[in-house]
Amino acid sequence: MRYSGLRLIREGLRGNAGWTRAWRDPVPRPDYDAIVIGGGGHGLSTAYYLARNHGITNVAVLEKGYLGGGNVGRNTTIVRANYFLPGNSEFYSHSLKLWEGLEAELNYNVMHSQRGLINLFHSDGQRDAFVRRGNAMAAQGDDAILLDREGVREHLPYLDFDNARFPIHGGLLHPRGGTARHDAVAWGYARGADRRGVDLIQNCEVTGIDVEGSRVVGVQTTRGPIRAPKVGIVVAGRSSQVAAMAGMRLPIESHILQAFVTEGLKPVIHHVISFGMGHFYISQSDKGGLVFGGDLDFYASYAARGNLPMVEHVMEAGMTLMPMIGRARVLRSWGGIMDMSPDGSPIIDRTHIDGLFLNCGWNYGGFKAVPASGWCMAHLMATGQPHAVAARFRLDRFATGRGIMDEEGTGAQHSLH
Amino acid sequence: MRVACPFCGDRDRREFTVQGDDTSLRRPGRDAGPLAWHDYVHLRDNPAGRLHEIWHHDPCGAWVVVERDTVTHAVHGVTLAREAAR
Repeated sequence: MRYSGLRLIREGLRGNAGWTRAWRDPVPRPDYDAIVIGGGGHGLSTAYYLARNHGITNVAVLEKGYLGGGNVGRNTTIVRANYFLPGNSEFYSHSLKLWEGLEAELNYNVMHSQRGLINLFHSDGQRDAFVRRGNAMAAQGDDAILLDREGVREHLPYLDFDNARFPIHGGLLHPRGGTARHDAVAWGYARGADRRGVDLIQNCEVTGIDVEGSRVVGVQTTRGPIRAPKVGIVVAGRSSQVAAMAGMRLPIESHILQAFVTEGLKPVIHHVISFGMGHFYISQSDKGGLVFGGDLDFYASYAARGNLPMVEHVMEAGMTLMPMIGRARVLRSWGGIMDMSPDGSPIIDRTHIDGLFLNCGWNYGGFKAVPASGWCMAHLMATGQPHAVAARFRLDRFATGRGIMDEEGTGAQHSLH
Repeated sequence: MRVACPFCGDRDRREFTVQGDDTSLRRPGRDAGPLAWHDYVHLRDNPAGRLHEIWHHDPCGAWVVVERDTVTHAVHGVTLAREAAR
């Protein structure tokens, strides 16, 4: 069923009785041309682009829970392309361009809102770094505007500009940055993949990866064995466990990152605001809730919930930046499981087993990457070659030391990000 | 989370800095090859379950090995790192 305004009106007048399921619930077949392990944003977009870009439609997506039940439903929905380093820059630029056409592409309202993202700075040194970053973004073909203190005030008059510790000197505005409806992205890709013939198989946990010689031949699942000559592991949050089924140890630690949402309020925050020095960022959802978050709790965790010290830290940072939100009541908090790589950049690569491909290590930045990650993972699985914009996301960069992409400049070690 | 420092007793998580899993107790020898160092610096078991990790108790300076469940956050044991390294 194609969605349209006309359809909405027609179904509305007929008691909404005509809507059909958005995707099938197929029984897994014994073999496929390709298997994607993981029915989150990245796995679903991988399956979608395998079908759309490469004509590979005999594909199964295997999801242990329900579609979009992991990190794609547990993030703060920010979409941006403000990266600095070659390797990251062209990838996120490509992703943002895909976001800009995504609703027409998927015939699905993902509520992509390019409301503008402002990264605040508080010192001359930080300003210089942001000038450099803005130039790198412009050189990539994306947009960046340096704002001085008064420029920030025009956009965000409600901030505390004279905080003793972090007075606001200005900000870097990324006008094409913004937010999207996170669940809708997963659902849109799921529906698009299903319409092109991909089998989306839920409640189907992969329990083993079958290898003959040096080739992958399929997987074992809770719903029986499934054979395929190509298998993609796209399970950020559980990458180490699934890779271990193929005898791999990954350069990944899983950490908890918390986020929060308040009760619905009238429109008050019209941008995405990032207060890096306080490890705090915030936007307002279309429903009115203030959506905000902070830094990692900084211990390994799969609990999908954090501890109170980081809750306190985030609230304090929010009050430091914008005291006006102090009376807003927090409705919910939750945690996502972050695949932290040593250099803070992701991995989309082949493995030592032929036909087995790996997509992981998204750190805190997986949501905005969903379109390009799927695009590039599909290209890799279909052709065996890395896509040009993801060519530097190599698994062996840590072993060789070549091509480390440490965007934060803190050092390529686990405990430093 | 509360962690029992061997010197100070039960203390709040905020008094500690977490260094990550206890790989650093198994530093490769001087003659180890690059792959052993890659393994040491970058690769991790990263279990969903019980994990031994290095914590630093900032007020007293003790390095301890904490056995903690990464799924429940329950702490199952704390020993001094120098004893665990033996």
